[in-house]
Amino acid sequence: MEPLKQHTGLVYPLNRTNVDTDQIIPKQFLKRIERQGFGQFLFYNWRFNEDGSKKEEFSLNDPVYEGASILVGGENFGCGSSREHAPWAIQDFGFKVVIAPSFADIFYNNCFKNGILPIQLPIETTENMIKEAEDHPYELKVDLEKQEVTDGSRTVSFDIQPYHKEMLLNGWDEIAVTLTYQDKIDQYEQKLS
Amino acid sequence: MGQAKTIIEKIWNKHVVHEEEGKPDLLYIDLHLVHEVTSPQAFEGLRMSGRKVRRPDRTYATMDHNVPTVHRNVIKDAVSKKQMETLKANCEEFGVDLADIDHPDQGIVHVIGPELGLTQPGKTIVCGDSHTSTHGAFGALAFGIGTSEVEHVLATQSLWQSKPKTMEVKVEGKLGTGVTAKDLILAIIGKFGVRFGTGHVIEYTGEAVRNLSMEERMTVCNMSIEAGARAGLISPDETTVNYLQGRRHTPSGKEFDVAVDEWLSLASDEGAKYDQTVSIHANEIEPQVTWGTNPSQSVPVGGNVPDPLEVAEDADGVQRAIEYMGLEAGQSIQSIPVEHVFIGSCTNSRMSDLRRAADIVKGGRVHEGVKAIVVPGSQTVKQQAEAEGLDTIFLTAGFEWRDAGCSMCLAMNDDIVPPGERCASTSNRNFEGRQGNGARTHLVSPEMAAAAALEGRFVDVRKFASAVGG
Ligand code: SF4
Repeated sequence: MEPLKQHTGLVYPLNRTNVDTDQIIPKQFLKRIERQGFGQFLFYNWRFNEDGSKKEEFSLNDPVYEGASILVGGENFGCGSSREHAPWAIQDFGFKVVIAPSFADIFYNNCFKNGILPIQLPIETTENMIKEAEDHPYELKVDLEKQEVTDGSRTVSFDIQPYHKEMLLNGWDEIAVTLTYQDKIDQYEQKLS
Repeated sequence: MGQAKTIIEKIWNKHVVHEEEGKPDLLYIDLHLVHEVTSPQAFEGLRMSGRKVRRPDRTYATMDHNVPTVHRNVIKDAVSKKQMETLKANCEEFGVDLADIDHPDQGIVHVIGPELGLTQPGKTIVCGDSHTSTHGAFGALAFGIGTSEVEHVLATQSLWQSKPKTMEVKVEGKLGTGVTAKDLILAIIGKFGVRFGTGHVIEYTGEAVRNLSMEERMTVCNMSIEAGARAGLISPDETTVNYLQGRRHTPSGKEFDVAVDEWLSLASDEGAKYDQTVSIHANEIEPQVTWGTNPSQSVPVGGNVPDPLEVAEDADGVQRAIEYMGLEAGQSIQSIPVEHVFIGSCTNSRMSDLRRAADIVKGGRVHEGVKAIVVPGSQTVKQQAEAEGLDTIFLTAGFEWRDAGCSMCLAMNDDIVPPGERCASTSNRNFEGRQGNGARTHLVSPEMAAAAALEGRFVDVRKFASAVGG
């Protein structure tokens, strides 16, 4: 996994609450056995009409947000199914950071396994970010080491578990880390039988 | 005597392999259930790094999400077929037991785990599926994981997890006649919202919960994830023990007695403290119908679709939901016509669900213009239902009787609700497009779904004599 230390990018505002994983990636795209290539299906039913043409009214289709890499959403982002296809699609589409006032647990965890940084910020802050990005596209700079998000003039800090932080900063393969505890797992299993 | 503990803490403490300040705990996983949709990339990951499945004996796989429920020998969709073949090849390569599409034990992963006795009190159980919370009905700590974690558990039989907060959801009093476990959980989510459980494991307690059968408890725990909870469970008791006795994978003879003592000792201690407690009165609950696009958007069957101008919060969201659902603000629930009825899914596809729906259907006829299907949760349920003649009751009334799978719960196979059409469904999610792009889902109990099939619209099931024991 690619380490993520700092990131500067264009903000895409998604002003909806309870964005569920069925919306992030609809089930007709879950049949693939690969891990790559899900970005084209991100928010599919919101982005495309039945005939495959783009829905102009959906903001992600607005050219001003082209190349956006920081998604700012509403409460309970990523609720619903455990499908990791959701973070795969978000990442493959080009997003590196997702900011929301609250996240669903499984989605939040899944992000770290895929080099995406989910940041929880107070709702007043996220609502301001959404409003600002809707008015005129702008960039944010995220610094994971310092745990800060800044637009150049205002800076807010965020919380993250040290374990998650380390994982992203180092781009760790979690299984390799766990396998260094193999003797502990062996001992545990011996106790079981 | 030590401090009073909840079942959640007891199970957790027993499973910690390693703990360290500032880190999540490394938690041992007793049982890993696997299905075709969230596993291919995990097995591929193992292959690429030359790793093995650490404990194939603690891993069990089936096919459910994708499988056709008619004409099973021909799978038309090439991509689905590939996904199923991939699971079969992976299970062979890594030595994992598989109930594939031709296997008599095949079924929805959350139906067969309990059925086979794999699910037991005190176990930590994971699956690449959010409704793994179902197994909590037995007093197991069971939760859904993503594909990277599936790979992690395959390779290490463990997971890094931070200790969850605990929440008690207390259900006092008794459920009325014709009011089911499904109505109970819909009412709980309706009252407290889709994220009240975030970061918590819920324990359901109280008289109404104690009175539920095992299958009803599974219905309740199944939908814990719709409340945002990491898991939901119920302390084991006599009901749990009676259900488990004699199942294929439960211990037998003397070992069973030893297991029972251990199981019962897991129940939360008197006076144990939870991080939060909420309560609800069972006798206030009525049969529920969801009108919107998340499971908290439900009202009693006698109620109306809300008016966005009158709701306390998220008026935009309510408006969007009403538009998507093709309803009018203030419209009465019983005036909503249905075109599809789906009785199935890991929430409501077990024997008791089918029996109760059949009681309503008996002697009736599916309303003109309604397409109604019954999809048993497992091939075992299907066989037993046929032995009891339930298939004949459904077929005579004009329902279709299918093979086991997830089917129209998520519409990954051919069982799809067309755009703009409306379905009364016993499943657990009414998200936009869940049952097909543009499909409109109303979540209900099996008896409410059966009644809607006969009447072509939502009706109060309590008007059927059979629902009130008459
Ligand atoms: S029945 Fe529905 S909710 Fe249950 S496992 Fe299958 S798809 Fe998921």
